Amino acid sequence: MSPEEPLERRAAITGIGQSAIGRRLGRSELDLTIDACLAAVADAGLTRDDIDGLATYPGMGVGTPGFAGPTTPEVQDALRLSLDWHDGGGEGPGQMRALIAACLAVGAGLARHVLVYRTVTESTAQGDGGRQGIGGAGGGSGGVPRFSGFLQWTLPFGAVSAVNWLAQVADRRVHEFGLTREQLGQIAINGRRNAARNPAAVYRDPMDLDDYLAARMISTPLCLFDCDAPADGSTAFVVSHRDYAADAPRPACHVHAVGTALRGRPSWDQFDDMTTMAARDAAASMWERTELTPADVDVAQLYDGFSILAMVWLEALGFCGRGESGPYVADGSAIALDGVLPLNTAGGQLSGGRLHGFGLIHEACVQLRGEGGDRQVVRPGGRTPEVAAVANGGGPIAGSLLLTRGAG
Amino acid sequence: MTADGPAFRLLPRLEPDNEFFWTSGADGRLRFLRCADCGHYCHPPYPRCPVCLSAHMAPEPVSGRATLVAHTVNVHGWIPGSEPYIIGLVAIAEQESVRLTTNLVGVEPGDVRTGMELEVVFEQADDVWLPLFRPVGGAS
Repeated sequence: MSPEEPLERRAAITGIGQSAIGRRLGRSELDLTIDACLAAVADAGLTRDDIDGLATYPGMGVGTPGFAGPTTPEVQDALRLSLDWHDGGGEGPGQMRALIAACLAVGAGLARHVLVYRTVTESTAQGDGGRQGIGGAGGGSGGVPRFSGFLQWTLPFGAVSAVNWLAQVADRRVHEFGLTREQLGQIAINGRRNAARNPAAVYRDPMDLDDYLAARMISTPLCLFDCDAPADGSTAFVVSHRDYAADAPRPACHVHAVGTALRGRPSWDQFDDMTTMAARDAAASMWERTELTPADVDVAQLYDGFSILAMVWLEALGFCGRGESGPYVADGSAIALDGVLPLNTAGGQLSGGRLHGFGLIHEACVQLRGEGGDRQVVRPGGRTPEVAAVANGGGPIAGSLLLTRGAG
Repeated sequence: MTADGPAFRLLPRLEPDNEFFWTSGADGRLRFLRCADCGHYCHPPYPRCPVCLSAHMAPEPVSGRATLVAHTVNVHGWIPGSEPYIIGLVAIAEQESVRLTTNLVGVEPGDVRTGMELEVVFEQADDVWLPLFRPVGGAS
């Protein structure tokens, strides 16, 4: 191993697991988390006694109800794990920061098998009350609160949800690149088409362009189908040292390169280029760590918490030129299962459910392992995908990842 | 008719570093923190200039002119009772990198053009003066 080799390359995902996924499951976050974690540990051919590391995103006390999932101390105690390393937190390269931290811990010898999980119960938490904006709940006893930090700059103007902030990214793309709703709709339609082949997806009914264009507007130009659906579910991985990969019962997904940079201002409204934001930096830093190129990627799982973000990531990662994602997706063929770049093959978050980044990582592993069933991508020549790109985050939050089947 | 903003204004908490900004409109002027040494306008306000690290920072009035970087018409009822309103992101004339999220007023959505020139108007809410923006020359 050369001293220049990226440290993350010492890590491999040897086990994957998911709980039940759905709308308003009514189960506790710890209950779902344990299901996913035990499934991942068993999938890796391990027992809980082998787990010596634990990581999650975003950790303690973050966000609205149902957003954060259980903390690492709760899961450690519930499973009575004996840990050499643990980490939970929300600041870093997107939701996958927990996975990246685990890779670095494994690479540094702090742990050998790290259990990484992300759990959301936003659907149950929101109940029948509908989706809340960030800070939009207002109220609380004792009068209306006032706001500090970033939210003070947006809430007074009714820019209360990430959809308002990202609608402006979309508008800027309309202005600079001529993006159309018909193009944007292809992200949602592609996701729904793939979700129909995924029994675990939340929304599987067919959707065409007419359905998309007729959906109610949320914040122009983004409509209902441009926004992902709150879901309940937990996703877990075992990140092992690569010297265990050959002993794992399932094909290991090697971590080839991670993208972690944030070179512009860390702000939703002060970032220098509103059309790209942090995705630009994370993607650039990932390609700086590898000889692979976008042409080597067999399948892409790109964050689509809002449809516009998948467009941003397509360009940031170099699958098409700057400003060219609209024409790239326009007829849907390039991003289809049999296209040049199969995208969000389990339905993404738009139709698969908002598992907040981790569902996309999970699906990348499923595809590399050849376990996609009806939605399995088969590359020209009958090849199972060998390189997967994953992106998490939007706005000033971004992380990306290249996974490979086999060490590379 | 599009509203000037949400039916209810959630407000900032006034603190030592931001109070000048949120009360600036009391005399009809928009102000930002500016570095006395290198001239950089700093927003949000920080104790030192992020460019030259000088501590000589003080609020300074600007023209109130701005360019529309992006906009969206919010339709969803995040805040009960709201009619559709226009959220804008503007860059101030003095320094393109200084942006404000705001509401566009005196203009209907069909007449909004990203890139258009705007000027500040203030709406007082309690002890806060919110900087809103309208097309230069007043209502269309």
